[in-house]
Amino acid sequence: MLAYVIQRVFQSAIVLLVVGLVAFSMFRFVGDPVDNMLGQERTQADIERLRTQLGLDQPFPVQYFKFLTGAAQGNFGVSYRQGRPVSDILVERAPATLELAAVSGFLAISIGIALGVFTAIRRNGFAAHAIMSVSLIGVSLPTFLIGILLIYLFSVELGWLPSFGRGDTVKIGGWSTGFLTESGLKALILPSITLGLYQMTLIMRLVRSEMLEVLRQDYIRFARARGLRERAVNFRHALKNTLVPVITVTGLQLGSIIAFAIITETVFQWPGVGLLFINAIQFVDIPVMAAYLMLISVMFVGINLIVDLLYFAIDPRLRVDRTAAH
Amino acid sequence: MAETSLNTPTSERSRLRVSLDSDFAYQFRKSPVAIVSAVTVLIMVLCAVFAPLIAPYNPFDPASLNLMNGFSKPMEPNAFTGDTFWLGTDDQGRDVFSTILYGMRISLFVGAAAVLFAMVLGISLGLIAGYVGGWVETIIMRVADVQLTFPAILVAMLIFGVAKGITPVEYRDQMAIWVLIIAIGLSDWVQFARVVRGATLVEKNKEYVQAARLIGRGPGAIMIKHILPNVLSPVLVIATISLALAIIAEATLSFLGVGAPPTQPSLGTLIRIGQGFLFSGEWWILLFPAVTLLALALSVNLLGDWLRDALNPRLR
Repeated sequence: MLAYVIQRVFQSAIVLLVVGLVAFSMFRFVGDPVDNMLGQERTQADIERLRTQLGLDQPFPVQYFKFLTGAAQGNFGVSYRQGRPVSDILVERAPATLELAAVSGFLAISIGIALGVFTAIRRNGFAAHAIMSVSLIGVSLPTFLIGILLIYLFSVELGWLPSFGRGDTVKIGGWSTGFLTESGLKALILPSITLGLYQMTLIMRLVRSEMLEVLRQDYIRFARARGLRERAVNFRHALKNTLVPVITVTGLQLGSIIAFAIITETVFQWPGVGLLFINAIQFVDIPVMAAYLMLISVMFVGINLIVDLLYFAIDPRLRVDRTAAH
Repeated sequence: MAETSLNTPTSERSRLRVSLDSDFAYQFRKSPVAIVSAVTVLIMVLCAVFAPLIAPYNPFDPASLNLMNGFSKPMEPNAFTGDTFWLGTDDQGRDVFSTILYGMRISLFVGAAAVLFAMVLGISLGLIAGYVGGWVETIIMRVADVQLTFPAILVAMLIFGVAKGITPVEYRDQMAIWVLIIAIGLSDWVQFARVVRGATLVEKNKEYVQAARLIGRGPGAIMIKHILPNVLSPVLVIATISLALAIIAEATLSFLGVGAPPTQPSLGTLIRIGQGFLFSGEWWILLFPAVTLLALALSVNLLGDWLRDALNPRLR
């Protein structure tokens, strides 16, 4: 068990180092940072001074190490486009993305599991068939088209909900939240549905197929034979045993939600980190791109690691197999 | 035997008959979904290839445009000029039908080229990893694992961003299509490499490979001439599904403004342009490219699903 944990942590660390190297190489070799920071009116002395100041005259491994220690402390340099420290911009933008991702994730998990259980229990009913067909369309629609469709329906035609932005936000400490104002909550509805829809259908289909599998097993039949109520059988016995793969997939999907927030944020002009990243690509703002890459990989690698370890903790069979194999 | 059957007309006919009578063709005729989606894809590919012949206007020739034709509604004569456009025009008077045909050309080209690139790269690396083994395999598969941790679209965006940073400003628009192909291709090779490696591991211990090694064929020849043909059928399925994903990835990137430039609009760029007119009521500029993209992606996807089932002997 311990050996497995150490091995996984070690692997994750290596992945992060490699991603760090990629981010650093981007920073160092895509365009000349000195060129990018100094304007037209520069002297050779200016260039030399900035070079020393940025540490560009030092050997490559030293620079890489400095970049890593800087990144670990949240120092990613200065945005070429906005002329402010990247970390400041990220801190300012992060609440928008995190709130959006949290609401989408919540929607995806709660509605996804509920619909999955429903379609599994009433698998031959009309409603279940209808839900399954609609979900098939939902999977094949690209995210940005779903967003546009929702905007067209609810903003342009019906005029119920705003089509862009976060509405009014309230500052609590350094965190700006849209949860506390009416316009903020209204502005959250369409983007979070757009972002969560794909994950919702995924979770729903997964729960459904796992449930169907489990419901066929003997212990369910025995539970029914013992005279347990249908609800107890479905939720206490069946659902509980479908949750292991659901947790894995859901965990891995949390990372995707943040990544796909890029698309949703662009459609709804949501002032989050994703929109920042897209603008950074458009204007080749390398420090912002590198910082985003580092942040998102820390998150992905972290989530992967946690999911792997959770899986290990939840499913006792895995533990037995592993120790037996060693 | 192969030579005689190729040269005589009688056996030519029987070859055709054999392929028409095959199980594969039977499965195809039996599935209405496969037929409809295959026909749709075929029509769209033909339209894209012959776009300059079919399109009633050349949307990229400023001389053929008339600003007075701007915002013509579909199937209605324009209020100023009296010209009628099937699917209407955009703000600059460009015929939407023609821009869709040209856009489809770019979408399909980028999608197909990206998949081809991913396929060649993935198959080569997968073959090498599976056949050679050792530290070469470890490095290739580790890189694949790391890349698989991130969503493909994110990888494609990053590669696009870096490539954009490397290309000089004045070439960025011209190079965008090629950068897009490389970015999507590089984000998609892992699938192919993993499948090919797995199949190669199985094949390389079979007797025919040992026989080939015994008669002194080199590793390159064994990989390409002997193993490759035997691992191709799962690759075909992945390639079809990848094509649908690549088309959607291209559309997404172009929609986000980090893909095909407005001077060479793909379907995604057209949707991006059309979104701007949604609020002023010019719905056709957005709707028709979106429907085309959906039909294209959906039919390629369904075709891929069918192919997966048809090539899977266990499902019969």
